[in-house]
Amino acid sequence: MASAEPHVEIKEASNDASLVSAIRAGNESAMAALYDRYSSIVYSVALRVLGDTGAAEDVLQEVFLQLWRNPGLFDSSRGSLAPWLAVITRNRSIDMLRKRRPESDIADVVVSVEPDMAGDAERSRAMEKVRGALGAMPAAQRNALEMAYFEGLSHSEIAAKTGEPLGTIKTRIRAGLLTLRKAFGT
Amino acid sequence: MPAHEQFAEDLALHALGSLQGDERVALENHLEECANCRLELDQLRGDMALMALSAAGPRPPARSKQRLMSAIANEPRISARATVLPARRSWWRTATLGVTAAAALLILLLVRQDTNLIHQAQNLAQQVASLQNDSLTQQAELAKARQIVSALTSPDAQRITLVAAKNPPQPQGKAIYVRDHSSLIFLASNLPQLPAEKIYELWLIPQSGAPIAAGLFKPDSHGSATVVNPPLPAGVEAKTFVVTLEPEAGSHEAPRGTPVIAGQGE
Repeated sequence: MASAEPHVEIKEASNDASLVSAIRAGNESAMAALYDRYSSIVYSVALRVLGDTGAAEDVLQEVFLQLWRNPGLFDSSRGSLAPWLAVITRNRSIDMLRKRRPESDIADVVVSVEPDMAGDAERSRAMEKVRGALGAMPAAQRNALEMAYFEGLSHSEIAAKTGEPLGTIKTRIRAGLLTLRKAFGT
Repeated sequence: MPAHEQFAEDLALHALGSLQGDERVALENHLEECANCRLELDQLRGDMALMALSAAGPRPPARSKQRLMSAIANEPRISARATVLPARRSWWRTATLGVTAAAALLILLLVRQDTNLIHQAQNLAQQVASLQNDSLTQQAELAKARQIVSALTSPDAQRITLVAAKNPPQPQGKAIYVRDHSSLIFLASNLPQLPAEKIYELWLIPQSGAPIAAGLFKPDSHGSATVVNPPLPAGVEAKTFVVTLEPEAGSHEAPRGTPVIAGQGE
């Protein structure tokens, strides 16, 4: 396989679009570079949802293999790669946790987000900001958001679990997501 | 232009995948027609990606990379044609299965010597074969369209702007917009490099009503950029397209920054 690999120079600083383009051409080094850049975020999201290192590793493999098999699933004109990977990883992990078939086609997932998460430093700054925003939320709001996001519980299930009215849970989930957005606003 | 308030909470639940039943159907129907709510859904997915960062920290074991690299070395690749439209691929698979099923039925009926049913099965096989031909034609057209879009958007493409001799290169953009399909291809060249924490944003200014956001973008090192088919509401008559320089973070619901280039429809 390696001998047939196209001659595309992969630099550490290559941007996501050129790495995905090289992957389209079958360049395994580009895949390795992308893995080095984003495996940590993919693995940590899967681990947080599934709570099991083996299962998290399986999701990591599945997400990157899918990108290799079918790089056209990611459309660089409609968003950047890191948030797209984070969202499809969370969705796949929740599907696995709830033992259900994948619900959405990942080609349909469009993620509109800044900041740039391509560099370690940017990711680290953004991570601190998110943790700060979560920490500053009222505990009930943070809990509702985390149950919906990391446990994949529906608003009805959260309402049943906490004994809160359904409408309150819906409002808290949306308000929680908007609080995160505002933390990155001007 | 905000998303519709009555759908605001459902959009957040839909982004998280927890909206079910009638509520989900109602929202999906609304999303078909409402570009603002589609944009809000994309933004909510962006918020979800931020949420993912709160889990960041653990790193996968080193063996995991070796496992992946061994796996990809042995993986068949999906062809570019099949890559484009998963829905059509599944249709194609259905058609192929249909041919197989029709053939099996035909053999069974031949054994029974039931000529009437054989005739029906032959008709069925002919219909499936005809659908198969249609599918091949559509796939060829899709491959051609994909090739065009790929040439326009490829980061490897050389983009050469021809101007009158002696003129220094000026920032310019070309928007190709088909109102009835809400299709927009925008190509820019010679854009100045972005200042820190700024981003370019393309706007569609309708004949009447507020400006519609048509995509954020960053030019490459030569000042070239493309925006292909951003989510847009259906059937909007464009008066002008404008590119503005906007703060990179924060809301992008209305132009706030400096116009960089603009052009009116013909």
